[in-house]
Amino acid sequence: MSEKPAPLFLERRSYRQRRLMDAARLAPLLAAILWAVPLLWPRQGDEAMPTSTSIIYIFGVWLAMVGVSLVLSRRLTEADDDTTTPRDGGGGA
Amino acid sequence: MGKHVLVIEDEPNIIEAISFILSRDGWRVDSHSNGHDAVEVVLAKAPDLVILDVMLPGRSGYEILTDLRARPETARLPVLMLTARGQSKDRELAERLGASRFMTKPFSNADVLEALRELVPA
Amino acid sequence: MTATLNLLVAVCLGYVAFLFLVAFAAERAALRGQGGWLRSPLVYTLSLSIYCTAWTFYGAVGYAARSGLEFLTIYLGPTLVMIGWWWGLRKLVRIGRTQRVTSVADLISSRYGKSTLLAVFVTLIAVIGTTPYIALQLQSVTASFASIAQADPNAAPLEDTRQIALSVAVGLALFTILFGTRNLDANERHHGVVMAIAVEAVVKLFALMAVGVFVVWGIGGGPAQTLARIDASQMGQWQVDGMRWGGLTFLSAAAFLTLPRMFQVLVVENEDEQHLRTASWAFPLYLLLISLFVVPIAVVGLEIMPAGSNPDQFVLTVPLAQGQDTLAMLSFLGGFSSATSMVIVAAIALATMVSNHIVMPIWLNLTGGGAVMSGDVRNVVITARRLSIAGVLALGYVYYQMSGGGAALAAIGLVSFAGVAQFLPALLGGILWRGATRAGALAGLSTGFVLWVWCMLLPSFGADVVIPGTVLAEGPWGMGWLRPQALFGIAGLDPTVHAVLWSMLFNTGGFVIASLLTFPSPLERLQGAQFVNVFQHSARPQNWAGGTAQSEDLIVMAQRILGPAQAQALFQDEAQRQGLAGYLPEPTPDFLARLERELSGSVGAATAHAMVGQIMGAATVSVEDLLAVADETAQMMEYSSQLETKSEELARTARQLRAANEKLTQISVQKDAFLSQISHELRTPMTSIRAFSEILRDGGGLGSQAQSKYAGIIHDEAIRLTRLLDDLLDLSVLENGQVNLNIRTGILSAVIDHAVAATGAGHGLLKLHRRRADEEVTLETDLDRLAQVFINLIANAQKYCDAAEPELTIAVQARDGRLLVDFIDNGPGIPRQVQSVVFEKFSRVSDQKAGGAGLGLAICREIMARLDGTIAYLPGQSGAAFRVTLPLSQRMAAQ
Repeated sequence: MSEKPAPLFLERRSYRQRRLMDAARLAPLLAAILWAVPLLWPRQGDEAMPTSTSIIYIFGVWLAMVGVSLVLSRRLTEADDDTTTPRDGGGGA
Repeated sequence: MGKHVLVIEDEPNIIEAISFILSRDGWRVDSHSNGHDAVEVVLAKAPDLVILDVMLPGRSGYEILTDLRARPETARLPVLMLTARGQSKDRELAERLGASRFMTKPFSNADVLEALRELVPA
Repeated sequence: MTATLNLLVAVCLGYVAFLFLVAFAAERAALRGQGGWLRSPLVYTLSLSIYCTAWTFYGAVGYAARSGLEFLTIYLGPTLVMIGWWWGLRKLVRIGRTQRVTSVADLISSRYGKSTLLAVFVTLIAVIGTTPYIALQLQSVTASFASIAQADPNAAPLEDTRQIALSVAVGLALFTILFGTRNLDANERHHGVVMAIAVEAVVKLFALMAVGVFVVWGIGGGPAQTLARIDASQMGQWQVDGMRWGGLTFLSAAAFLTLPRMFQVLVVENEDEQHLRTASWAFPLYLLLISLFVVPIAVVGLEIMPAGSNPDQFVLTVPLAQGQDTLAMLSFLGGFSSATSMVIVAAIALATMVSNHIVMPIWLNLTGGGAVMSGDVRNVVITARRLSIAGVLALGYVYYQMSGGGAALAAIGLVSFAGVAQFLPALLGGILWRGATRAGALAGLSTGFVLWVWCMLLPSFGADVVIPGTVLAEGPWGMGWLRPQALFGIAGLDPTVHAVLWSMLFNTGGFVIASLLTFPSPLERLQGAQFVNVFQHSARPQNWAGGTAQSEDLIVMAQRILGPAQAQALFQDEAQRQGLAGYLPEPTPDFLARLERELSGSVGAATAHAMVGQIMGAATVSVEDLLAVADETAQMMEYSSQLETKSEELARTARQLRAANEKLTQISVQKDAFLSQISHELRTPMTSIRAFSEILRDGGGLGSQAQSKYAGIIHDEAIRLTRLLDDLLDLSVLENGQVNLNIRTGILSAVIDHAVAATGAGHGLLKLHRRRADEEVTLETDLDRLAQVFINLIANAQKYCDAAEPELTIAVQARDGRLLVDFIDNGPGIPRQVQSVVFEKFSRVSDQKAGGAGLGLAICREIMARLDGTIAYLPGQSGAAFRVTLPLSQRMAAQ
């Protein structure tokens, strides 16, 4: 019943997958940084950022992150993950 | 009063047949149908002869025979073994364990009587 | 206009009825195995939307009106978690599935050595944290009723809003009990509930967006003008506090993972890991859409509504003020959906925790170890779960009544978030760090909990309610460094950020330090390795070393919990896997681990462990087991996979050779034994015949009575001899496959009737129990042969069942396209050690001679094999039990 051990060496195809996984891990970090940017904006006086701009910026980042996540989730395949488990049911996205 | 014989056998019809034949010949017959406590029954009733079946519920006739031979009070007791398994190795085993006589079922009534008379002279 | 309130009640009831129908239809579809669409990633994504409760639907607009864009943090946190699914959620879901986790409490308890104490603790925190949140939902529904009543001039002002809250609570309890406790096994998932939630998710999104579109295009004059209005309003400038922005984003991200209801839909109800893939982008999109119109609605509401109006109700009052009754109705349904779906799932999640981690351990303790064997655990669990659901909702209602409703919605929400966020260090630490220990988890949780209560929960009631105002201002007994909102004298922090910061800091600190200082038990270490390396490890903790457990005891217990059908299927499957026939596999460590996981799906890991432990004796994890698991990964790296396959192949061949050899030896021994047996069986009746015929031949003064008696014996024994020969011939024909089957169509009940009549059962001592309705099944088989099997089984019960009032139950059921006919008597049953040989030739069940030659069951087995069926001994019943299985080609009831 024991599963196959993890492969030691990666094939060329797997290499691409590994980098995609890196990207998937970094995505939330990128989003967090982008959403922290408004904190640097001036608060007081005439230079203060109007709320409409903030809304457009924040929702723009939001939509962009949805897009990034969509692309990553479609490209990432479980097959080159450390292991596989039996899937029950249909495919993914 | 005639000699005392104990029949250890689990088929009621066979007990009935043997009892009839032996009583008619003047024997006093007791019977027991279980292997578990057969040795104790033999010790308690102290018969002059035992007719012992091999295939008994609880304990085989061979085991009972081994036990009887190991005890001083029954080491010389005449034992007639009966078996329905007529293979020669059964006979050899019975003789090695110390059976006085070995008979295969079905038997002739006359043969049984004759064997008994030889084992326990009146 | 006149009937607004009445109409509202009618629409509301109609909507609820519709939800019932949806849930019911989904359950039916799932039951019939047509639930493909139930398992779509879309439904999974929509079910996650229970994150957006009435707090979102009404509260977000109020929050925006009060604090500007800060409300967005509540949705940015979960978005970050979903986008980062690859390293966090994916692992959590995988662990949840492999370990059959039933709740967040179960996960934490299971990770830290299946600790009951931890499970109880987490459950209590979850209940304390969730109750105000449920009260909040009840409040929002009643508030929305009140808003509509206010706008309806003809309706009498609402006298008793509590009446509404009570009806809502009772209705929700009924719905949840009906669809939430249908299956005992939490891992069987609640299709009905999930489907209803998905529908509600669509309704609330649609409603909020409809109001938003109306506000932007109907009142605001288009996007550009609306944006200009926003800039001109009181929230015209970016004024968000950085600490709160970061702190609340973190808090909502943590709560998204640890809220019991979110854990329920994210992990427990997850059908397929692949669904996460879709949800990773689709759920952020849902959150984006639901927050898109919040600011416009808030700004327009502030503009057009009279000063002092409650901004929490703008979603409802703005359309009402504009005379848009239909839109208001839709909006009301949206809010209603948000509130109800949250309450339903939260109640299920909490009830699972309470029943598995509090009620069951107590019940097990009270009833002692014997309960596992005697009581009906399944019923106890279901009852406990139903009562817990009712209890959770009652708690929510009581809290609502006591608090009287009032505090701004957002405040309660954040307090609740911070409470459950205390699970985060133990949860994340547990799945990422093997060094985390039970003591660490307990230390962290308790520290965090105490700080949360002191700094956030108690002050949230306001000064002088629970904590005196002086304590709030100067600290207890004048100790200023203990002030609830300025610990260690650090004043000036926002109270929420303050509480979250300190509680999480001390929670994490306590967790890490205690973990470093303590040494984990073997079970903890095994579970730790299982959880942290879930992607590399084979999914079986070797908890049970050496099997002394009786499989029969285990199946008795499993039947009580999983139900007979599922338990028998599990045991049979495992027996097959081990290469055994029947229902009793060897209690190998592998099997015990598997059984424990199956049970934990029903009663939680800690309880399942305890139950198996009661049967197994003390849980023994040897050092060897520990080393084996620890070294597993290392070994796997060392051996190349090729070598491993090769050696496996060799081992397999050797095993096959050994098995073949054993079989040959066995066959030879069996042949000898068979001949010897036949000789014995033939000679025994012949002995009587010969002896009595000689007696009769010799004559000599036999009475006529004795003569006829002896002739009778000869006759009986001759018949016995004939029957034996018949049986032997029958068996030999069957074994050689030369038998001609006479396939006919007939009804099962007629076959059983025939068998009963042939054995004379029913008139004699043996009492029969049958359910004729079940027996009306049409069969296409050799009816005479089948009757022969039944006759044999009934005759056996007549012979061997020595109960004072012998009874035989004939139970018929159809399962998986096969017909099962069980013959169960109330006698002593067949001893464990001879169960495996009852179907062998000449094996007799008991010592007493019962006239048979011991061929009956052997013949039955051969017949059933010819009829494409099976016959097996069914252990763990009230007495001796045999199960006859037949293929059910045409499944139709006789008309």
